[in-house]
Order: sequence, then C-alpha cells, then structure tokens
Amino acid sequence: MIVNDLVDVPSMDTHAARIGDVILDLQGISLSFGGVKALSNISFDVREHEIRSIIGPNGAGKSSMLNVINGVYHPQEGRIMFRGEQRKEMDPHRAASQGIARTFQNIALFKGMSVLDNIMTGRNLKMKCNFLQHALFWGPAQREEIAHRIKAEEVIDFLEIQNIRRTPVGRLPYGLQKRVELGRALAAEPSLLLLDEPMAGMNVEEKQDMCRFILDVNDQFGTTIVLIEHDMGVVMDISDRVVVLDYGKKIGDGVPDEVKNNPDVIAAYLGVAH
Amino acid sequence: MGFFFEVLIGGLLSGVLYALVALGFVLIYKASGVFNFAQGAMVFFAALTFVGFTEVLPGWTGLEGGGQAVFWLAFVLALASMVVLGILTEKVVLRPLVNQPPITLFMATIGLTFLIEGIAQGIWGANVRGLELGIDDEPIGWLMDSVNILVSKFDVFAALAAGILVVTLALLFQYTRVGRALRAVADDHQAALSIGIPLQHIWAIVWAVAGFVALVAGLIWGSRNGVQFALTFTALKALPVLILGGFTSVPGAIVGGLIIGSTEKLAEVYIGPFVGGGIESWFPYVLALAFLLFRPEGLFGEKHIDRV
Amino acid sequence: MLYREAGQFKASYQEDQQIFTIRQDRIGFWAILAVFFLAVPLLANSYWLQAILIPVLIFSLAAIGLNILTGYAGQLSLGSAAFMAVGAFGAYNFMLRIDGMPFLVGIVLGGLSAAAVGIVFGLPSLRIKGFYLAVATLAAQFFIVWALVKFPWFSNYSSSGVITAQRIEILGFAFDTPVTKYLLTLAIVCALALVAKNMVRSSTGRAWMAVRDMDVAAEVIGIRLLHTKLQAFAVSSFYCGVAGALYAYTYLGTVEPEGFNLDLSFKILFMIIIGGVGSMMGSFLGAAFIVLLPIFLNIAMHSTLGGAIPASFASNLELIIFGGLIIFFLIVEPHGLARLWQIGKEKMRLWPFPH
Repeated sequence: MIVNDLVDVPSMDTHAARIGDVILDLQGISLSFGGVKALSNISFDVREHEIRSIIGPNGAGKSSMLNVINGVYHPQEGRIMFRGEQRKEMDPHRAASQGIARTFQNIALFKGMSVLDNIMTGRNLKMKCNFLQHALFWGPAQREEIAHRIKAEEVIDFLEIQNIRRTPVGRLPYGLQKRVELGRALAAEPSLLLLDEPMAGMNVEEKQDMCRFILDVNDQFGTTIVLIEHDMGVVMDISDRVVVLDYGKKIGDGVPDEVKNNPDVIAAYLGVAH
Repeated sequence: MGFFFEVLIGGLLSGVLYALVALGFVLIYKASGVFNFAQGAMVFFAALTFVGFTEVLPGWTGLEGGGQAVFWLAFVLALASMVVLGILTEKVVLRPLVNQPPITLFMATIGLTFLIEGIAQGIWGANVRGLELGIDDEPIGWLMDSVNILVSKFDVFAALAAGILVVTLALLFQYTRVGRALRAVADDHQAALSIGIPLQHIWAIVWAVAGFVALVAGLIWGSRNGVQFALTFTALKALPVLILGGFTSVPGAIVGGLIIGSTEKLAEVYIGPFVGGGIESWFPYVLALAFLLFRPEGLFGEKHIDRV
Repeated sequence: MLYREAGQFKASYQEDQQIFTIRQDRIGFWAILAVFFLAVPLLANSYWLQAILIPVLIFSLAAIGLNILTGYAGQLSLGSAAFMAVGAFGAYNFMLRIDGMPFLVGIVLGGLSAAAVGIVFGLPSLRIKGFYLAVATLAAQFFIVWALVKFPWFSNYSSSGVITAQRIEILGFAFDTPVTKYLLTLAIVCALALVAKNMVRSSTGRAWMAVRDMDVAAEVIGIRLLHTKLQAFAVSSFYCGVAGALYAYTYLGTVEPEGFNLDLSFKILFMIIIGGVGSMMGSFLGAAFIVLLPIFLNIAMHSTLGGAIPASFASNLELIIFGGLIIFFLIVEPHGLARLWQIGKEKMRLWPFPH
C-alpha cells in the first residue's frame, strides 16, 4: 500500500460517476428521551460511495442521528433501510457485522490498551477462533492473529502512526487519539463509516491531515462516509451532499451550494434579523 | 395470625437497625459520591470507643461508673472521635483518590475497613463487650395483654430513635441552607466550589453527621448483640438495603431497611423450614439482585443515564 | 548494561508476539522455572514446601482467576472463595462417586462445575455494572457456602460438613509426599498460567479489556457483551475452582465450606490489588505477599520482642498492615507490585545511565 503524499480532491466528474445507489435510507425517524424530543420525523438517504455531511447548531440531534443509524439508540418511530433490509431499529452488533463502523465525539478508545491492540479490536468480528483455540495459541489461533496483524499494520501505515503502536492510548495527545479511533473503525473494513466530529479540537495541520485521510478512505476504498462536522469550510469542500438539522428537525438537504444559500439554514446559524 | 404479626414486627424492627447503618452510607454517598464500605467498621469503632470510654472515665475523672454523667461524657468523646476519624479518612484516603474510578475508591474503603478494625481493637482490646443503655429488653405489657403480640420495649425505642433521626436528616437536607449545600457538593464538587461553598467545612459536617448516625447505630446494635467484631459485617447487610432504597435517598434507606428486615425474617420463618433454615444469610442479597435486574436505581434513587 | 535490547530485532510478527520479547527476560524466565522445578525440591524442607510454596502457588491460581474477571474484564467479584469451594467439593464428589475417576480429570470436572455456577451468577452482569455486580457475587458467596453446608450430600453426609480429600494417584504413581505434591501443584499452576496468558494476549483478552474500558464502544465494534462477560465469569470461576480443588487435595487435606468464607474472598481481592490488577505476574507477586506477610510479622515480633506478645495483637497488626497497604497501593501505585517490578526493569535497561 502506498500512501499518496500529494492528494488532490478527485475531479468532480470521476467522483460523481462513482456514486452509486442508495444504501441507507432513513424514513420518518423520531426519537425522544422521556419528555425531550431529540429527533422529529427525519428522513434522508445516503448513496453508496458518497460523502454525506450532517450539520446543524449544537444540540440539533446530529449525534443522536448517528446513534440511531448505529443501533445505540432505538427510535420510537420511523424505519431504517440498510442494504435493502428494512428495519424498525438497528442493533449495534448487527450494524457492525453488516459493515457499519463509527467514531465518537468524545473519544471512545479503550484507554487501557495500546494503539495496536485498539486497532486489533476493530478486527474482532472477522476473527473466528474461539477462546479454547486462543488458550492453546499455537496453531490456528496464532495464524489468525498474524493474518489480522498484517491487516492492522496496513491501517497503521495508512494513518502514519507506526511509531506509537505500542503506546497506551491514554497517554497520547488528543489529535492522535482521534486518529487511532479512526484506525479502529477502518480496521473493520466498513462499507459505511460514521464519523462524529472527527476534527473537533484540532489545529489547522491536524485538520488537513484528517481531511486527507477521510478523502483517501473514500477514494481508495470506496467507503461511504456520513460525517458530522462543524467546520463549514471542510464540509462544503469535501461533501457530496449535506443534511441540515436544527432542534431535531431537518431544515435542509442537498448539495453544498444549495444548502449554503438556503434561508432557513442561514437563519438557524446566524439567527433571524429582528 | 398473631404469630405472623410478631414475626413481621420483629422483622420491621430489625430492619430499622439495618436502616440506621444504611443511613450512614447514604450520607457519605450523597455528599461525596463514595460508597463507604467501611461504614460498618465505623459503627463498630463508635460503639467500641463509647464502651471503652465508659470503662476508663471513672478512673480518669472520679465520676461514678455507670452513671448519667459518665454516659453522656463518653457519648460526646465517642462522637468527637468519630468526627476525627471521618476527617482523617477524607483527607488521607479519599482526597488522594479523588479522580479514580469508583471501583478503586470502593476497594480503598474495603482496606479502610480492615484498618479501622485493627486500630479499634488495638486501642480497646478485642473482648466482646456489653452495652447498657438503660432500656430493658422486655415485652410491652399492654400489647401483650390486649392483642397477645410480643414486642420488646427496646425495639420500640430503637425504632423511635431511628425515626427521629431520619425525619431530622430528611428535613435537614431538604430545607436548610446547609442541606442544600450538601446536595450541591454531592452533585458536582467543582460547581459547588465555584459558587463559593466551602468544601472542607461541608465535608467536615457530613462526616460529623455520619459519625453521629454511626454512633447511634452502634449504641443500639451494641446493646442488642454486644459490641464485637461481627458488627462490621452487618455493614454488608446494608448493601441490599441501599439497593432497594436507592443509594442517594434518606427515606429510601428506611424503607429499604424495613423491607429487607421484614422479608428476611418472614422468609426464614415461612420458607426456611423447607430447606433447613439459615436463609437469612443470603436472602437479602438475592432480593437485591432481583431488584438490580428490574429497577437498578432502587425505589427512590435517581436513574443513571449514560451519554454517548 | 547487561539488560539491553540492542541488536534484538524482530523479523516477523511471530517473533513480535512472544510473551518475553527481550532475550534476557526469556533466559531469566527459564532460569526461574529451573530453580522451582529442580533446585527447590532438592533443597527446601517440607515446612517450606507445605506451608509456603504450595499455598502461594494455589492462591496465585485463584488470583489469576480473579484477575481475569476483575482485572481484565472489569467485573468486580467478591465471591472468589465460594467458587474455590465449588471446585473443591465438586472434585471430591466426582472422585468419590465415579469409580476409577482419574485425578486430573476430577480436578478439571471440579473446575467445570465452578465454571457452570459462575455462569449462573454471572447472568445478571449484562444489566448491572461493575460496582453493583459486587452484590451479585456477594449473593453467590453466601448462597454457595450455605448450600454446601445445608445439603449434606455434598460432604457425603459427614456429621460436620468436613470432607477429607482422597489420595492422589496418577497412572499408578501416588502423590503423597510434600515434594511430589509440590511438583504436581507447580506443574498444574504453570500450565494453567500459560493458558491464561495465551487467552489474555489474544482477541479473547482484547474483548475482555474492551468491555472493561468502554462497553458501549465494544458493543459498537461488534463484541457481544453478554457472551464476553459470561466467558470471563466462566474462565475465572474455572480457575478458582481448580485452585479450590488443589487447596483441598495438595494443601490442607481436609476442608469445610465455612473455610471458603468472605474473608478468603477479600484476601484474594487484596492479592490482586497489591500484586497488580490486570497482570499475570501480579497474581503471583500478590499471592506471595499475602501468604508471606503474616509469617514475617510473626518472626519479626518473636525475634524483636520475645514470645510475650499475645496472638490477638499479632492478628490486629495484620489487619492494620493489610488495610493500610491496600490504601497505600491504591493511592501510590494502583498497578501494584507488578508495576514496581516493571519500573525496576526499565531502570535496569538504562543502567548505568540515569535516563
């Protein structure tokens, strides 16, 4: 695997040509916690190979939306269609085994383990040996461990974190932790990647790196990406389509240019003139 | 029918004793978020210190042994010792561990239990002591005569004491300035600090009150069963009480105590004979387990929501 | 100077996966094994073997069991002694009631009985978290001891509930001297410790640690929470069960249910706290520490103060020192003796340079 140092955003034509059919369709999703309505009647779809951003002011329900896609939260109303299967709610294990991986807003790494171990846990679903085989180690368990180690190392190469592979993640700076979390998600070779504010709290350089990685993932592996992000420059630059949420409702949906000029969206962000 | 009531009342009254110990837990947990496993050891320490003082005070001060003066002086001294113990615990054990996960703090309080027991017995000796409170363990005459139910005066006294304590504490927490400050500290130390609540004072108050509760519990338990090592492990019975009642609720401690006390006795009497008896040792825990499965926050506790 | 990695390159993932990646560590490890297997039986007297080495080995095994559950999988358990009891009484009954039951198979069956019981009491762990789980394990502790006493079938209707372990015989060879019992225990413990280490460094171990560190994230990756937690309970209880069986057969000879009380559960918990939570080596260090401390205290007091100290004072001192040490370790070095050992080794790697 060769890492491209000079990555251009692929030209719009070849990129647009790759975007395929709808693989994720959310219809009428409503989610409440007790009396608080987090999401009201949200519907939108995601096409294969595209980069779909979800934006909106704080508290709009964006993370809750990802949690619904992932199965961490169960919506009270609505249906989720993923890869042709219609469902009332998702289940985290099924989501993972069908190829959905994600990162979290407040890093959800396993703080007691090293970078390499964290990324290896991403391969967990693909490992078939049972614990008795692990107990013996020599034989199929060892071979499987090595095979998946090779894959994990590919992810490590891709994200350029070779020098910290043995470091316990609790000791890493914030930006690197976010990168490792991306690595753990990538290790699962997902077809749909959910990223919750992957660039939050980063400086300009780190953001550029993260952008480059996200684009590479989409470009080289064809992974569909659903991205929550606050940095408007990033969102408008790399997204194919954008969904805008505010107070749990959808107020905009379309290509970046459309959304940018949508008066409701502008009002939500800047407030309404009195 | 009368027998059933006797068992029930007996259970309720022993439940009151459990509730007294549980109260101490609730106080500390409410104020500092720490589950103080050593509470039982503190009850033991309180009782032992009290008895120890009643034994040595006549020699030191020339007061009449067994008299009122010695009793109250010993009480005050024991209370003071509890407060000191509490403050030392907070400074030496809890403060350094303040950012650790709750399991670590819990394990530290387990270590504290052993430490306190060793020190208590080291100072006052390990013999079992009796504790005289001046109230007889005799059946109440008119109850016996009118409805043929055996209830001891002592038990009623204990119930009354516990009741007064609970009501006072509940009122304290709800309606006084200090109580409000305590609840604020329990919720969020940083925020409480930033609005000017003096953390040190608050913690001293909490430990003093918890010490007082431990002393009362120790006196009542001690006069009932004698002051001995085993008192420490009655603390363990308080765990099911707290799970039923909710870790943060003062009335919950009482209700939980009553339920545990009565079901324990009733189970022993009515189910026990089928399996050879001795159910009391595990029944409360299994009950608590069932509660944890269906209502983990207890009857009065606050629901815990994980934000992802 | 001696303890250097320079020049030791790993040319394959296989090499990188070894338990001891530094050659000096490997040499040291085999040397220690040689000492324990060859030198000790020849040089140690039977007091050392029976009263110190065998219990340390047995408790190390129990500590490994508790470490798997509490240290690696993050599920707090206060009932390890009860699972030891199940193992002991299970092995006893299997060997008593099935003719010609081989000793090792009996021990394994004892362990499996403990594992089965462990799974039952571990079922609530899906809905309740680490700290509250302590209550479930307390329930196990009290219930199991009560059941073993109440149902005389378990102790073969002996009047006092005490069972006497049968003679150990493997393939016709009797293990009835301290030396043979020691070597048998050593072999079993070493084998099981290796198995535990293998599990811990594989994806089984990683799944346990993931559940410990953040179970929501673990679920999202696809780790089945209930399955993983129950697995930890089962393996942990198996280890405690085997330790309990050895406790009866190679250590005490006669056991009763009350001997596996809450106090013992706490002792095992202390072993992993002092030794180092989540560390294999810590289990051994902690067990050694807890077994040896009372003995040292005794010797120290006798030699400095003569024999005039009452036993009660000694046991008080033990309580104070245990309690104090727990608090000390939790504050100063939460990763216990194992971490201190690691720090020592790191200093050795740099020696004679300061950093």
